[in-house]
Amino acid sequence: MKSKKTLFGALTLSAMLALTACGNSGSTAAPADNGTTGSGGTGTTTEQPAAETVSGTILAVGSTALQPLVDQVGQEFMTNNGDVTVQVQGGGSGTGLTQVSEGAANIGNSDVFAEEKLDADKAKELVDHQVAVVAMATVVNKDAGVTDLSKEQLLDVFSGKVTNWKDVGGADQKITIVNRPSSSGTRATFEKYALGQSVENVEGAIEQDSSGTVKQIVADTKGAVGYLAFSYLDDTVTALSYGGVEPTEENVQSGKYPIWAYEHMYTKGEPEGAVKAFLDYMMTEEVQNADVTELGYIPVSSMEVKRDAEGKVIQ
Amino acid sequence: MNAKTADKVATGVIIFFAVLIVAILGGLLGYILVRGLSHISWDFLTSPSQNFKAGGGIGPQLFNSLFLLVLTMIITVPIGLGGGIYMSEYAKDNKLTGFIRLVVEVLSSFPSIVVGLFGLLLFVNTFGLGYSLLSGAIALAIFNLPLMVRITEQSFRAVPREQKEAGLALGLSKWKIITSILLPVALPSLITGTILAAGRVFGEAAALLFTSGMTTPPLDFGDWNPLHPRSPINPLRSAETLAVHIWKVNSEARIPDAKEVSAGASAVLVIMVLIFNLIARWFGRFVYRRITASKRMD
Amino acid sequence: MENNKGSAGGFARHRREDLIGKTYTYICVLLLIIVITAIVYFVASKGLATFITDGVSPVEFLFGTHWNPVGDNASFGALPFIAGSFIVSLLAALIAGPLSICAALFMTEIVPGKGKRILQPVIELLSGIPSVVYGFIGLTVLVPFISALTGGDSIGYGVAAGALVLSVMILPTITSIAADALASLPRGLREASYALGATRWQTIYRVILPTLAPSLWTGIILGIARAFGEALAVQMVIGNAPFIPKSLLTSASTLTSVITLNMTNTSTGSVQNNVLWSMALMLLFMTFVFIIVVRLLQRRNKL
Repeated sequence: MKSKKTLFGALTLSAMLALTACGNSGSTAAPADNGTTGSGGTGTTTEQPAAETVSGTILAVGSTALQPLVDQVGQEFMTNNGDVTVQVQGGGSGTGLTQVSEGAANIGNSDVFAEEKLDADKAKELVDHQVAVVAMATVVNKDAGVTDLSKEQLLDVFSGKVTNWKDVGGADQKITIVNRPSSSGTRATFEKYALGQSVENVEGAIEQDSSGTVKQIVADTKGAVGYLAFSYLDDTVTALSYGGVEPTEENVQSGKYPIWAYEHMYTKGEPEGAVKAFLDYMMTEEVQNADVTELGYIPVSSMEVKRDAEGKVIQ
Repeated sequence: MNAKTADKVATGVIIFFAVLIVAILGGLLGYILVRGLSHISWDFLTSPSQNFKAGGGIGPQLFNSLFLLVLTMIITVPIGLGGGIYMSEYAKDNKLTGFIRLVVEVLSSFPSIVVGLFGLLLFVNTFGLGYSLLSGAIALAIFNLPLMVRITEQSFRAVPREQKEAGLALGLSKWKIITSILLPVALPSLITGTILAAGRVFGEAAALLFTSGMTTPPLDFGDWNPLHPRSPINPLRSAETLAVHIWKVNSEARIPDAKEVSAGASAVLVIMVLIFNLIARWFGRFVYRRITASKRMD
Repeated sequence: MENNKGSAGGFARHRREDLIGKTYTYICVLLLIIVITAIVYFVASKGLATFITDGVSPVEFLFGTHWNPVGDNASFGALPFIAGSFIVSLLAALIAGPLSICAALFMTEIVPGKGKRILQPVIELLSGIPSVVYGFIGLTVLVPFISALTGGDSIGYGVAAGALVLSVMILPTITSIAADALASLPRGLREASYALGATRWQTIYRVILPTLAPSLWTGIILGIARAFGEALAVQMVIGNAPFIPKSLLTSASTLTSVITLNMTNTSTGSVQNNVLWSMALMLLFMTFVFIIVVRLLQRRNKL
């Protein structure tokens, strides 16, 4: 009998708690995009000037492409700095930028410049930390019979003007486009630097978010064309030269091959304490030449050219 | 075609379709198990997943799925129970009850992705819970509540009227009758229903993409303080479940063995659902036998 | 109830106990109402922001066929997705409907008893398989199979794959409702028909199915509703191109697949993000439509 009463008490209590939680929802009734407080369990970083003895919790949210790198480096950082906890969450570049801009996360991971996703005044508050470079290549099915396309030819292919490979010097095969969703950072990069403009979707094309799936479809489907980060390239697909320039790391570093983008880690305002220490660690040679290259990126430090948010090359 | 022939043909067609459905299930289960079981090993079940390299496991995901299920049930059961008891014992046959019935029906028909988006908006962003187990559990609870209400209502309605009248004759209060007479009798079907509902929660993914997140922090299985960020039972950490993992490796991930990992994970998921089903059935039969046996003793 | 032998103290205890019981259950019900109000309110406020704050024309959203959310000449025609959702759901019901009704007839009319003992667990298991598993099987079996059927001309991703995956997923929904309806039919109806010399098929076709038509339609509508709201399994196999499909083999999108693919890549508050909420609102709206249709059918059933 007694135990039943306790059970009932617990039930009522939890119901009450749940009600209070929902009661709040009714009264606060505010749109979600106003300022939110820090994620639960995520204290702000303690502000200690000495980088040697940092402590606190760092929450990095955003790009699923960048997440594995930050995760791996974060774990090393935690081993070296016992008092710091690095939490890395995926959720997409848009989520990362929104959350860092609202102060819900310490770091926003993004595949694109903040200016491309956020309002200008919100983007201005964010400080960009470019931690790696990701380069992409156009890939085609091995039987398509092309190995090199100029910018104009690529644009014709992806805008649907050309529908057969024979029109760009390849085999007599129908072109099947394997594109990315319109919000994808990979697609934004490809359109900006390979095609020079954003193109409309082409009827009959398919859209996939996963590089693995794109590679498989291109490898298996006659006449298929897509684009992949360098780390995915192997001999199941043909990687095309771009206007005669081969997709190699050297050509990216020297600035000859233009289809690449930065991976960004944004902070709101200049980073301090543990966040600064973590971002500094990210840029050290031991990370750039080990983790960054291991995960298929090109170290920022090895780049001979730099770009701004508009895509203009600045030396 | 005369009536007899038509009858034979129609019967044949119906039987064919029935056999086809059994064949579809057999094919599905066979495919999942045959493809998946070869990838399942102790190592696969316990080791963490990989982001880039092949050979990752599903350990944290499996733990997340189970833990999230527990959290969800902690929220769902008391509220669903209360709602169901109201529907079967307190609700009068009027417009208000009709409205509440409609609410339950609508809630149970909402696409799970919409519930997930609501969770993203309210719990993840507005309440600042972030991508977390707690956000996920609340979203799943919303998704599961209508079912729990219905299960409770049915279980309570199935209790013979005499039991209730006996309670009234004893001079017990209505609430006393509910808790000490009706609840124990309704319990077996309640538990069976709850287990089946739990199976549904276990495989849900769409509502979780935006609430519990698509990533899991590195977990320290030696640290069980729920306040520590690397503790497996910290309710405020993000958690990718098994079902979400299958979706992610197939549509976003970069691991080369995505197909093998998802085959293995699918098999685990299906086996878990089978286990839920079997337990529910076995439990139902076991309790039924006990109740009928005790009746004979009376 | 209170007017029995209890002393004054017992009476007070009664009242206290009943107060606890009432408060607890009323709070639970209130919670349900709060939750549903909150869902509708929040999704609607975000979904309508597209039209109010961002100035996207609702006519363009509902009837525009041109989806190009980025760039200077952004256009937000969501008709391809609305159409995609309807097409795959209706196709799925077209496949699953007859199959399910046959399965229900098998359980109740052809092999009563034994048929149910075989098919019932099968249906329950089918409904228990998680949707991502259906999606994964669609991806690894169905898509290559469709591609092979067309001799490699088609990629395999597309409307056909989506509809087939969905049809298996909604099969249990329709079957269990149809089977319940069949089981509730009075025996006398069948016996009267047999007594008139009708064969089993004539009885099914002329007596049982017409009598149960509203219930069977209820099952089919609920099946369509489930297919309409299903997200991940469809997204994995449909190909996700933002166009109204011209054939079964072309790639298309549904409301749910667009939301899934783009929600996290867009930033909160941007028009690209808000328009996804408008689609979520559309999903909510359709849920209400389906429920109204089901209620109308049930009313017809009662007459």
